[in-house]
Amino acid sequence: MASAGGQGNSVSRWWGRRMRSDNARGYALLSPTFFSVLLMMALPLIAVFVLSFWTQKGFKIDTAFTTANYETFLNYSEKPIYLTLTLRSLEMSLTATIVVLLLAFPMAYFLAFRVTKRKVLWLILITVPFWTSYLLRVFSWKLILGYDGVINTGLKSLGLIDEPLTFLLYNKLAVTITLAHSWVAFAVLPIYVSLEKIDRSLLEAAADLGDSPFRRFWRVTFPLALPGLISAGLLVFIPTVGDYVTPSLVGGTDGIMIGSIIQTLFGKVNNAPLGAATSVMMMTIVTLLVCLFLGGVQVLKKLSARV
Amino acid sequence: MRMRGLPLFVYAILFLVFIYVPVLLLPLFSLNDGQYVAFPIKALTFKWYGEMFDASQLQRALMNSVKVGIAVAIVSTLFGMLASLSFTRYKLRAKTALNGFILLPLVIPSIILGIALLVILRQFLDASLSLWTVGAAHVLICTPFAMLVLIARLEGFDRSLEEASLDLGENRFMTFFRVTLPLALPGVVSSVLISFTTSFDEFVLAFFLSSSEPTLPLYIYGQLRFPQKLPQVLALGSCIIAVSFILIAFAEWYRRRGLATTPAKA
Repeated sequence: MASAGGQGNSVSRWWGRRMRSDNARGYALLSPTFFSVLLMMALPLIAVFVLSFWTQKGFKIDTAFTTANYETFLNYSEKPIYLTLTLRSLEMSLTATIVVLLLAFPMAYFLAFRVTKRKVLWLILITVPFWTSYLLRVFSWKLILGYDGVINTGLKSLGLIDEPLTFLLYNKLAVTITLAHSWVAFAVLPIYVSLEKIDRSLLEAAADLGDSPFRRFWRVTFPLALPGLISAGLLVFIPTVGDYVTPSLVGGTDGIMIGSIIQTLFGKVNNAPLGAATSVMMMTIVTLLVCLFLGGVQVLKKLSARV
Repeated sequence: MRMRGLPLFVYAILFLVFIYVPVLLLPLFSLNDGQYVAFPIKALTFKWYGEMFDASQLQRALMNSVKVGIAVAIVSTLFGMLASLSFTRYKLRAKTALNGFILLPLVIPSIILGIALLVILRQFLDASLSLWTVGAAHVLICTPFAMLVLIARLEGFDRSLEEASLDLGENRFMTFFRVTLPLALPGVVSSVLISFTTSFDEFVLAFFLSSSEPTLPLYIYGQLRFPQKLPQVLALGSCIIAVSFILIAFAEWYRRRGLATTPAKA
């Protein structure tokens, strides 16, 4: 403002001296957010890493360095629970992720290629449920799949079954369905964005050059949608491996995941260092899998470019 | 709708049914005059809604959630605004890495974030847990959402308006308040509402980081153990879903409408 007083000017001169370049001003603007994430995420994660090399002795923590917790985690013959549950969590998350991608792709395709009017309305309809209480949505599945739940009582009152179906709740299937339902809306958006970006003239060219709609889909649409599918897959897979709410509400003993164990170790069992080691192992395994997967995608890309 | 598009259209409708049925089930059975969530539905009643509001613990939990939610909405939007301004208005080195770093809390399972904060607070700092610790954790997961919404908005309008303001002698600070902020308003409103709802509905972080003062999702989780409380939980859940729906639908509509009406970049 032209009428800014002398004080304002001296402040801005001081500011100008501090911020010689435009870049410095950019970094200064970013720093509160950056340091808050550093303080509240990076530092605590380092703390978990440090804690995982300590041991719980009664109510005290022994801070002598040891890899005992990792040995417990990896000791399959005596303590099979950790590796078993890690593998089971990976399996259930992966299944849920694949189900989510299969369900989300046609929806994203419909949004990108078929919806011409009221696109915003469709997008809002799909995204809104994702934002509403995760806890309540999972709880709702418990009510649907339960012994006296919606499906069983519904089928009974229609006269289709006499005895309630027991395979619905408290198993891996229930966890997979619930996870898929919770995340499917989230996966539609990245796929939709990548489909929407596809240059329509490429599709016309493929059709003009004699590709059938089916071949055109596999040779043009699908490869170009792949980045969206990959990011959607990762956005679903990574958080679901550590999910705690879903297995605890609909999983029963069959559907326990690694997140449930981590919670118990920090809670009832009161062995925070072992819980920390379990968390570190879970994160490491997930990160390795993601890197392997992305590396594999790169290799495939290079191979297909050479052919 | 051409015939070719019909199967996909049917699929899209079924998809909507699949994602909406579990959400709409709670309101449906909250009006049922029976202790159980089971067919056939007996009679319509609003009594569970009346009984729900009698619980003083519930009112306390509701107040806690609202307090945390408002604080989280303001702080996350502020952090999101600062970050998105620096990403869209300046050429930063390592921009992708910095951006990824701030978005990281979105992909880390919340149980890991929860225990990590618990570990540093309890084992290393010996701090006590409170609504403040819950709020801090919520800021961590809401900031990425706020930043994404605001970046989309700030990239969407004409930079020359800001340049004009600077050329005409306005300083950067006032340019932000008189040009950037009014134009970014739909993004700001959307960011505030999304952050509030995310915090209001969040369970896992609150589960690990709260003390004796529960937030609303924690209160509900506690009530799930008592079958006789189920109807009241359904009534409460329906209210929460309704509020979340209205806030988010408004936020999304306002934001996307805003994107559609802004003059495109030159």
